[in-house]
Amino acid sequence: MDSKTNPRTIRAIVMGVSAGGLHALQQILPHLPADFSLPVMVVQHRAAVGHGFLADYLNGKCAIAVKEASINEPLHAGCVYLAPADYHLLVENAETLALSIDPPVHYARPAIDVLFESAADIFRENLIAVVLTGANSDGSHGAMRVKELGGVVIVQDPATAEVATMPAATLRAVSVDHILPLEEIGPYLAGLHGSTHEPASS
Amino acid sequence: MSEPDLEDLEIDLVLEALLRRYGYDFRHYTRATLKRRLEKRCQAAGLVHLSDMVPILLRDRDFVDLLLRDMSVVVTEMFRDPDFFRELRSKVVPQLRTWPYLKVWHAGCATGEELYSMAILLTEEGLYERSRLYATDFNSQALATAREGIYPLDRVEKFARNYRQSGGMASFSDYSMARYRSVMLKPELRKRVTFATHNLVTDGVFGDMNLIVCRNVLIYFDKVLQNRVLELFRDSLCHLGFLCLGNKETLEFSSVAADFEVIDREQRIYRKR
Ligand SMILES: C[S@@+](CC[C@H](N)C(=O)[O-])C[C@H]1O[C@@H](n2cnc3c(N)ncnc32)[C@H](O)[C@@H]1O
Repeated sequence: MDSKTNPRTIRAIVMGVSAGGLHALQQILPHLPADFSLPVMVVQHRAAVGHGFLADYLNGKCAIAVKEASINEPLHAGCVYLAPADYHLLVENAETLALSIDPPVHYARPAIDVLFESAADIFRENLIAVVLTGANSDGSHGAMRVKELGGVVIVQDPATAEVATMPAATLRAVSVDHILPLEEIGPYLAGLHGSTHEPASS
Repeated sequence: MSEPDLEDLEIDLVLEALLRRYGYDFRHYTRATLKRRLEKRCQAAGLVHLSDMVPILLRDRDFVDLLLRDMSVVVTEMFRDPDFFRELRSKVVPQLRTWPYLKVWHAGCATGEELYSMAILLTEEGLYERSRLYATDFNSQALATAREGIYPLDRVEKFARNYRQSGGMASFSDYSMARYRSVMLKPELRKRVTFATHNLVTDGVFGDMNLIVCRNVLIYFDKVLQNRVLELFRDSLCHLGFLCLGNKETLEFSSVAADFEVIDREQRIYRKR
């Protein structure tokens, strides 16, 4: 189906970020309103320490609720779910998230591919996946699955990324829908609020 | 039918085959993780579709063993989450002392690292001689490793660091002997341990336990199966017995929540009322 002529309903957003992630998330998430009409799942690579520190910190900076996902986590609109350090985050079904400690994928746990692939299977063409700054190629397989199933892939313009490797790897792997500079990603996602339709392509 | 729906149906067929042919029931494991594991095996076997595994697994026992190994991911380490063991020492051990005889069950013990951690802790607290430990898993290969207690040398540094952070009273090397490229844990540590295969989905109660440790196993089960296994644990514990879960697992919102008191919310330590 052609998304340009036939706007699809977006039901969820997934995001992957690695090196430089805290800065990028701080630029994006504060744009989302408290009653944002979609759930947002985020994998950030980080050291296996800290008990929800990142979630608490971002929650304090954002209107939208930010929390670390736990086991059986029910999926609600208007909430950002972070993968806990050292656990994979997966979409189990349209209502629930799941965690696993299966081995790292490409040395990463949580892995962006694991989140993206599981989310693509559930939300299919109703999913937006966002690949941000990072120093590896995690996320590119996941982005492929998102595209295969008709979803939307957005990549941070590598020129605006603290580390360009990860967005560049995704750009090589799939033909993405949008390449946006960091400061435009938050407003773009916020533009999905209420309409639940993908905005006309820029 | 769309591709993901077809794949879903194929997973159902694989699970049904495993259940009806061999009695292994994975139907209430979390789907998303199950799917990743099955896809990996499918690829490794050079197969195209998930359902291509069905005719093979019905007849080829070696292939089934591979699949079972995939389903039983045994990622573990000694004194994993040192803070948990620290709280265990300070909040649970004093209560354990009040019992003349202790029964401890490690459910889903994988290759045994957690069990040996407990044996060391009980030894240091002077409780080991009055304890009986039961270490169970449905993966018999992992249990065989647990029984041997031999681990690769390159993992020891992490074990020793965790041990120190967990409040260990001696030196990790007091409990192990280096052999070639591996270390063997001292045989004394398993003299009071019974290793047994036990499937939490299909097998029954282990009676009168004072302490049950089941960490990072429920995380792979859906809500229905989590509740069933938690009820099994409740029924296996003695009055005022303790239950310890993994860092991301909780009794909150479960069918047994009212049957337990929270001892340490963060470290997931509970006590049966
Ligand atoms: C990730 S490991 C956890 C090991 C250890 N408890 C820890 O936290 O370090 C999960 C273990 O659960 C076991 N397991 C999975 N399903 C099981 C079942 N139905 N019955 C018994 N053990 C099971 C697996 O074989 C594996 O060894």
